[in-house]
Amino acid sequence: MTEPVERHTIAVLVDNEPGILARVIGLFSGRGYNIESLTVAETDRANNLSRITIVTSGTSMIIEQIKAQLLRLVPVHRVRDLTIEGPHVERELALIKMASTGPARVESLRLADIFRAKVVDATTESFVFELTGSTEKLNAFITLMEPLGLADVSRTGVVAISRGPGSF
Amino acid sequence: MSGERLAGAEMVIKALSDQGVDVVFGYPGGAVLPIYDALFKQNAVRHILVRHEQAAVHAAEGYARTTGKVGVVLVTSGPGATNAVTGLTDALMDSIPIVCLTGQVPTHLIGNDAFQEADTTGITRPCTKHNYLVKSIGDLPRIMHEAFYVARTGRPGPVVVDLPKDILFATGEYSGPQSVVHKSYRPQTTPDPARIEEALALLAAAKRPIFYGGGGLINAGRRASELFAELVRATDYPCTLTLMGLGAFPASDPHFLGMLGMHGTFEANHAMHDCDLMVAVGARFDDRVTGKISAFSPGSKKIHIDIDPSSINKNVRIDVPIVGDAALVLEALLTGWKARKAKPDRAALKSWWSRIEEWRKRDCLRYARSNDVIKPQYAIERLYKATRGRDVYITTEVGQHQMWAAQFFKFEEPYRWMTSGGLGTMGYGLPAAMGVQIAHPEGLVIDIAGEASILMNIQEMSTLCQYRLPVKVFILNNEYMGMVRQWQELLHGGRYSESYTAALPDFVKLAEAFGGVGLRATKVSELDDVIGEMLAVEKPVIADICVDKFENCFPMIPSGAAHNEMLLGPQDEARKPVSEEGMVLV
Repeated sequence: MTEPVERHTIAVLVDNEPGILARVIGLFSGRGYNIESLTVAETDRANNLSRITIVTSGTSMIIEQIKAQLLRLVPVHRVRDLTIEGPHVERELALIKMASTGPARVESLRLADIFRAKVVDATTESFVFELTGSTEKLNAFITLMEPLGLADVSRTGVVAISRGPGSF
Repeated sequence: MSGERLAGAEMVIKALSDQGVDVVFGYPGGAVLPIYDALFKQNAVRHILVRHEQAAVHAAEGYARTTGKVGVVLVTSGPGATNAVTGLTDALMDSIPIVCLTGQVPTHLIGNDAFQEADTTGITRPCTKHNYLVKSIGDLPRIMHEAFYVARTGRPGPVVVDLPKDILFATGEYSGPQSVVHKSYRPQTTPDPARIEEALALLAAAKRPIFYGGGGLINAGRRASELFAELVRATDYPCTLTLMGLGAFPASDPHFLGMLGMHGTFEANHAMHDCDLMVAVGARFDDRVTGKISAFSPGSKKIHIDIDPSSINKNVRIDVPIVGDAALVLEALLTGWKARKAKPDRAALKSWWSRIEEWRKRDCLRYARSNDVIKPQYAIERLYKATRGRDVYITTEVGQHQMWAAQFFKFEEPYRWMTSGGLGTMGYGLPAAMGVQIAHPEGLVIDIAGEASILMNIQEMSTLCQYRLPVKVFILNNEYMGMVRQWQELLHGGRYSESYTAALPDFVKLAEAFGGVGLRATKVSELDDVIGEMLAVEKPVIADICVDKFENCFPMIPSGAAHNEMLLGPQDEARKPVSEEGMVLV
């Protein structure tokens, strides 16, 4: 009778102060929760607030715990579970370096075009592609690049926002 | 008030006195010298000089637990702060409001591995409710007041304020507590009325109900305990309490089934297992309470009242969660109960009570009496008898003696029982007793101890003697780490690996060496006299009660077992071997 594991995207509004990221990460590691990705940046300079987007997975009871535990951190203002609160947009950005020449190089460029990846750096034996999209799209593209001379990948992790006029 | 210009160290003291702090437990050192200088020049805040920083935190915990106020600790940087970590973790686990001020190297040296530098905010992040590093004198007054607000608001807990030495010397503008409003931290205290209605409906429909109260009831203030008792009596439903909740409901009231959990009573655990409605108030379904989680109270609906939403649905699935302050929730329930003139099924309730009476008849705390050797349970029973009519406060260390104290010492009201529940910190009891005695100078404060635990903070005898705090240390001396030995007997074939203390000090001489009084009882006939003398002496006393070395603590739910699989005594041990699954549990 094992409960199904769900993947949730959670947005957290926090005071932009030293140690807040350590608190959030420490909470996840200390309590054995899973982090698939975590992104953070200041989003409201006037009020000194940062927004953290966490993609995590667990049973429904664990997900509920994660949200309650996050809310218990004193510098946390709000916690929103975008996965259950309705439609939302998730995006991730990747920089993908290809080191190849000849047909592989041409093929990677052709696929990049199909995926609407941008070339942001080029030498005679390399490209850097910039690709934005869902995690699945990025995964698909990176898989395609692997046999074509994939040299390096850097990904931001997911950022997400709700659809419609509502704000945090 | 605001606008006053003060040095950082003066601000710290001013903020303490503005927060109503009258006593601080601490230990000086280089980084906090400016605060000690400021302390020296004033009379509003008293300082108690402990002998180890861990003890400073436990003393503040004892003080906080018995007064309901925030306990305050002052320690230096580096080792001062790291020594405080056990106490802070203890306070976090048991939700005790503490503000711990730690010294820090000057801001320009932070990160340089300076002398007595430690990353205090880094180290204490997971063991505090919140912590601060003060980087500017302009932030100091706000942070000091916020620290108190955070420590006592919502689910209480320890807060560390790390104070670099240059900040203590800097001058800035002081502002009082009224000027500080926290930006975001506002825990919900008023319950959702819809949840109250759902709870009332379940309460009225219950056939086999039970109330289960925990330490949160005590944290919620005396009124919460009173309302809890009123509700229990108004419904005529049975109630049980956790280790941390003892005293929240009068032990003499017939509605009380005793403590529940691993060493709880047969009747409390069976009632929890067989109930059809459980109302948890300020309790957190700890593994010591639930036993095997998959077999925990399988047939019941569960209402959980807690100020901390993260406590709800953590270990056990809850049907009606009620987030709020226990006093406000209980008041709403009580008002609703009276208004609706709900008529529970009296016949069902009668048969529920008669089942409970059957369980009670097992007399689960019964133990084999002896005339040859002092039984530890008997020693506590005699201590309990001898202290009737006195204004008594009990602290304990951790182990068998703690469980016997919880079983055999009865508490009629809150704030009189201080024990380390969540963390299980040996060495808690003596410094906690010190804090309690500071809060109640005329009270009778007894640390019920084991001979192993007491040695973990024995140095505080020196503090007791310095401040003439007449704490009584009642050691149940069986020469073993008794609970370790009991588990080795149950789980490890009686191989008593390192649980026997082969070279114990002479506790009588030890007490005398510190300047206290030492007493010893080795025979049953000496016990009452020793207790009498201990209570009569107006000095710190160590009473070394040499008890049965092999007595085990029963009843017991072996690890990995359910509430209805209790061992009642030695006769049950062999019959019910512990499962492999249970072996790995702590």
